[in-house]
Amino acid sequence: MTSGTPQAAATPGTEPESDPRSDSSQPDPLGKPAPRPDRSRAAALPGLRRTQGMDILRQAALAPVLIILVVVGSLVSSAFLTVNNLTGIGQQISALGVVVVGESLILLIGGMDLSLESTYGLAPMVAAWLILPVSSFGNGMKLNPFLGIVILVLVGAVIGLINGLLIVKGRLNGFIVTLGVTIVLAGLQNGIVKAQTLFQLPTAFGYLGSAYVGGIPVSLIVAVAIFIVVGLFLRYHRTGRAIYAVGGNPAAARAAGIKVDRIRIGVYVAGSVLAAIGGLMESGRVSAVTGQQGYGEGIIFSVFAAAVIGGVSLKGGRGNMVGAATGVILLGLVQNILDLANVSNYWIEAIDGAVILFALLLARVIGGESTAE
Amino acid sequence: MTSSLAPAVQAVGIDKHFGSTHALRGVDISIDAGHCLGLVGRNGAGKSTLVSILSGLSVPDGGEVRFDGEPAPTAGAVDAWRGRIATVFQHSMVVPQLTVAENVFLGHRDAANGMVNWRTMRRRTDDIMAEWGFEIRSTTLCQDLTVEQLQVVEIARALATGARCLLLDEPTAALERGAIQRLFERVNQLVSGGVAVMYISHHLEEVFEICQDVVVMRDGAVVLTTPTSALTKDQLVTTMVGTVPATPASPPVATPTGTAATTAAVAAAVPRARTEAGSDDGPVLVVEGLTTSSTRGRLNGVSLQIGAGECVGVTGLLSAGVSTLGRVVAGAEAGDGGRVLVRGQVVRTGRRDLAQQAGVGYIPEDRRLEGFVAHLGVAENATMTITDRLSGTLGLLRPRQRTEAAQPLSEALSVVASGPDQPVGELSGGNQQKVTVARTLIHDPSVIVAITPTRGVDVASKALLLGALAGYAKETGAALLLASDELDDLVLCDRVVVLVRGEVFAEFTDAPFDREELISATEGLVRTGQDIR
Repeated sequence: MTSGTPQAAATPGTEPESDPRSDSSQPDPLGKPAPRPDRSRAAALPGLRRTQGMDILRQAALAPVLIILVVVGSLVSSAFLTVNNLTGIGQQISALGVVVVGESLILLIGGMDLSLESTYGLAPMVAAWLILPVSSFGNGMKLNPFLGIVILVLVGAVIGLINGLLIVKGRLNGFIVTLGVTIVLAGLQNGIVKAQTLFQLPTAFGYLGSAYVGGIPVSLIVAVAIFIVVGLFLRYHRTGRAIYAVGGNPAAARAAGIKVDRIRIGVYVAGSVLAAIGGLMESGRVSAVTGQQGYGEGIIFSVFAAAVIGGVSLKGGRGNMVGAATGVILLGLVQNILDLANVSNYWIEAIDGAVILFALLLARVIGGESTAE
Repeated sequence: MTSSLAPAVQAVGIDKHFGSTHALRGVDISIDAGHCLGLVGRNGAGKSTLVSILSGLSVPDGGEVRFDGEPAPTAGAVDAWRGRIATVFQHSMVVPQLTVAENVFLGHRDAANGMVNWRTMRRRTDDIMAEWGFEIRSTTLCQDLTVEQLQVVEIARALATGARCLLLDEPTAALERGAIQRLFERVNQLVSGGVAVMYISHHLEEVFEICQDVVVMRDGAVVLTTPTSALTKDQLVTTMVGTVPATPASPPVATPTGTAATTAAVAAAVPRARTEAGSDDGPVLVVEGLTTSSTRGRLNGVSLQIGAGECVGVTGLLSAGVSTLGRVVAGAEAGDGGRVLVRGQVVRTGRRDLAQQAGVGYIPEDRRLEGFVAHLGVAENATMTITDRLSGTLGLLRPRQRTEAAQPLSEALSVVASGPDQPVGELSGGNQQKVTVARTLIHDPSVIVAITPTRGVDVASKALLLGALAGYAKETGAALLLASDELDDLVLCDRVVVLVRGEVFAEFTDAPFDREELISATEGLVRTGQDIR
């Protein structure tokens, strides 16, 4: 047994016992009166508004750009501000938009997935191949189109699961894993149909991408619904909040008992499923599945551009669906204006890329650091 | 003075500031060729700063370093410094992606014609390893080595430079007894060959074993220089601690009475969520024979028990396994052997989520790394452990629910923030730590593992946090495991367990604890009247 000396352990307090609350004010050991800080309750609501205000400001950062684009568009062509053109834009960007939702989720957990563009091509290709007769370059199984859509979703889920397991459990670098997977999938996409284009898709299979309800494209309705549901999920669901925690600081999330690995893998699966659904929309819109869809078109650049312009951080943990949607709309407007302005096809990509870089720069200047990270 | 008579290394009036911290105050130190000088002092005494200045890594604000009476090379002349002095640093400087041989000869520029002679390099490395009795192949990648083997690589590298001065900054921290003995033989050999050695260690018995002289530093100044034969270990400890332990810089941290009202408030602010399963009478936390070879310090069969409402402090030196023990119990790290039981139920180690479900709360050592998500708000961080309880069947929860759930505890802990949504990254260190504590307590844990919970926290918040943790344990019958190398943290504990090299070395059961006895125990020294297990 040891017996200690009193001075070592608890030196008697030199200060009188104080109101416990004054501990909050970091009292000076010399006994000077310390300023009493704001109580958290008193400041609660202003604080809430302040942060929301910041969010709104960040989203609003792109509003001037959108307004400028609309003005430019209406100057370029009288056809720009017509219902037909605007719904057309809506239909064009919905497929991209759904992929952007998937990529944004993956970016939010601090990941990155290049292979979404190949999933976007391969998943509808596999489904169409199983649905169509041999005469249309299908494999002749002639599956029910609805079963085909189920398979399309499964293909997405399996690809996401493979990516997730390799990256999370295998601790491989996400960039390289998904780069490799991208190329493998693109090869499969061409390989199974010997680089043929699959057309004469059944109505049910093309419905999502081509149908209109009350003058509005179904794909746009579905894409908007996906944005809203995912946005609300991220804001109000405990798993959505966990996604922000995992992306913001995985070690802290793990220490708080969050199942970090499970959430990461789940998000990779969700991202790939969304990419497959985006691919279904695109196939319906063009009434065919080409070997070019996805990887061949290089849509991943637009996907990342839309997400980052919309303020989703490449470092994880920051961003939301309102921003991502803004980024998608911005890209759609630029594309449409270039089409309407009859810009030569030889130049359109260069200008497209330059406008995206400019938008990124602008978003960085207006929106501050968080937009560009 | 001719150079042959001048000390091999001499520091004259070294002064160094870091911002407002006066890290070194006119330090004079000299080592003669063929001597081994021990340098001791508590954490923060300025030892590491002095080492980095003597190795040429940082430039002093005042004073001068001389080698053999000549002024030291200019700052940044890396090769010139390396020819003069070799250092084994406290923190690993091994490049994990390179092989053992490459690391041992890292930065040697004496290869003929600038070409690397791989065969010679490998052979010499193999020779060195054979000499040390280690079966480390020269072609192994360093990332595949154990901590102990890495330390050997570091030492081999320092010895391979052929410098006439050697600085060893806690070289034995990760070594086993056998390796330590081999190191001592080697050092003695070098010293008798005329090399000047400076030996820094928290293990005072080592200093007595191989050093002829010892220098004691305290608060950035040298307070004693004497032959080791001229003083006892107790005197050395007393000199290190200083005659007045409670200096104005560290005022009394806490008195249980002063924070009683707050602690009760904290316990009351935590919603009861615990279901008292298992036996009521037995200890809440049982740790049985825990072993692990963690890089943070290994454990060699640590056992302890903590009863309901009991606060047990665990302390020891940096590498003694104190934080490892906390991390394994909290599930943040896996153990190799042994068991952790909470209320009689075995908890799998290495799974933080399972440990939390079993009722183990965790206040991590490094709050920036593990304590909070910087850009999320105070309320969200504080409720991060209980989102499953707050949300409904669909898993939905509104921000207001988080705010309301976090409010009582944030108030009881006096978290100062502009509002519940202010990002925690914007708060002061003390308030960040309060949020981390709130996050832990709000889950109503039956075991709290707190690792250095007051590090970098101001004096007032320190008292509040410690009071809150101890008070919560007392009021709710939880077990508190307080792992800390900060002796002031242990004031409120009922018992203090001292770890030395991953083993329980001593246990103090009667508060108040004697500071000097605690320090002696952490150094692995036995003092009179002490109970050794």
